[in-house]
Amino acid sequence: MTMADEPKAGTTVERDADPTAHLETKDLTLNLGPQHPATHGVLRLEVDLDGFTVVRCTPHVGYLHRGVEKLAENRNYLQIIPLTDRLDYVSSMTNNDSYCTAVERLCGIEVPERALYIRTMVAEMSRIASHLLMLATHALDIGAMTVFLYCFREREKLLDLFERLCGARLTVSYPRIGGVQRDTEDEWLEDVYAFTEEFPGRVDEYETLIDQNRIWLQRTKGVGVISSEEAINWGLSGPTLRGCGVPYDVRKFAPYGVYDRLDWEVPTGSNGDVYDRYRVRMEEFRQSNSIVRQCIEALPSGPFIADAPKFVLPAKEALFENMESLIHQFALITDGPPVPAGELYVATETPRGEFGVYIVSDGSGKPYRMKIRAPSFVHISALTKLCKGGRLADVIAIIGSIDIVMGECDR
Amino acid sequence: MEPMEIAAALAGEFPDEVIDERSFRGQVAVAVHRDNILDVCHFLYDDPRIEMNFLSDLCAVDFPDRALRFEVVYNLYSLGHRHRIRIKAPVPEDDLVIDSVVPIWRAADWFEREVYDLFGVTFRGHPDLRRLLLPDNWRGYPLRKDYPLRGPEDWEYPEYEEAMELHRHDDDWTVK
Repeated sequence: MTMADEPKAGTTVERDADPTAHLETKDLTLNLGPQHPATHGVLRLEVDLDGFTVVRCTPHVGYLHRGVEKLAENRNYLQIIPLTDRLDYVSSMTNNDSYCTAVERLCGIEVPERALYIRTMVAEMSRIASHLLMLATHALDIGAMTVFLYCFREREKLLDLFERLCGARLTVSYPRIGGVQRDTEDEWLEDVYAFTEEFPGRVDEYETLIDQNRIWLQRTKGVGVISSEEAINWGLSGPTLRGCGVPYDVRKFAPYGVYDRLDWEVPTGSNGDVYDRYRVRMEEFRQSNSIVRQCIEALPSGPFIADAPKFVLPAKEALFENMESLIHQFALITDGPPVPAGELYVATETPRGEFGVYIVSDGSGKPYRMKIRAPSFVHISALTKLCKGGRLADVIAIIGSIDIVMGECDR
Repeated sequence: MEPMEIAAALAGEFPDEVIDERSFRGQVAVAVHRDNILDVCHFLYDDPRIEMNFLSDLCAVDFPDRALRFEVVYNLYSLGHRHRIRIKAPVPEDDLVIDSVVPIWRAADWFEREVYDLFGVTFRGHPDLRRLLLPDNWRGYPLRKDYPLRGPEDWEYPEYEEAMELHRHDDDWTVK
């Protein structure tokens, strides 16, 4: 720019009535993630914006792809349990439970009553812990910091209980094919019961923090709306689908564990927006809490793992005294369990939705093919639909509301 | 309906399409020709007695010894009737194409992209068939049985030289 081009001081520049009328506008492409605290893991979103309005939202996944399905084809059935921990690492109990349920049905193993009750109980504790994390981070993303601290207080208690139960807080590997790893102690059960007595009051506390908060309501009501027909067609499940008013819950529709023997309800929403999904999870806190209580009250005595020596590792003490046990142990470790040839798709309800395990067995100790249907995978694919037409800030609220875990999505 | 009744209804509607029917532990799998998979799925979706409105899962299985090497598997569920069925469509290796079911279930979008990514099966009519989990320039299809679990020792990432080029001047900046 030369001196001659510059407007001289004191002169006025003539303007049109609308100063932007002659300007050309174009969409802005914004890259959100993969390293962003609000994407809940390594998720990358390519968002095309017209002003603040989202024209198109394209999710990119795969940053956490570890080839779990390929690995599973090269491990025997017992070795796969720790792999399933690392799928949905926020609630690994439910993953282990899903996988073990699938293998048990494939083999036709009868699981003892006590083991079923314990597994249902820890799965529901895991659901509470997972929803707590979801609520904490979802609220944090929207700007409510306090909820985060409250939720982590209770989550910490649950993780401590898991640690006392099996020695691990996150990657538990507690359920086993045919039962659970070890029996529960009475003292531990008492502490879990004490937790269930205090927890409903805590849920009320969370509600007083955000349920009447005007900012919270404005950020969540009418945001990320999807109709029930569309939600079914997009394959959504879990609280995300129930928020639309569809009462689909695998625990009710095709019961496993002891869910059909307990008294509980499936909470649903009606509007299919972020707020209803949040409400569904708040009600699930109370239902899950009630299930845990009922399981403790009705917990039968008896063995905690099935008496099926061909599929279940023998007790460690038996190895030193019993030749049979040693042979079974050797056969199980070297060849894997003799799973019959066949194929089965078993769905269970994890905190995020329908978690399916499709196993094709050729009769060897390793699965010929194991496909994992992860709810997060389907939900992220529907982000395109949920975010379209909304505003950029809504994208963050929507990601929080569908409760995704990338370990499960990318496998 | 019981799964076997659904299979019978399907066989009644498409007598020439059904290849095989198998029942295992209460679940029924029906194998059909891949050419009319879209019609079969439309029938299962539209028929009021069956009404498979929820696509639980879509995946592929590799059988290297079979004449029709790949099998695309559809796990369908009906939320209204609470019944389940599995449809399987074998696809030969030399013509790895099958019709996309995205027009029926939007959920199939990413499932099909994943199968394309990991098995190399092409879905005709898919709106956006790209690799999903792996990088766009990946070679090979990892979930095929002939894809090794571990690569050969002398293998290196194809763009390795290019990546190393970025580090060409690293030594110039080293504090001596």
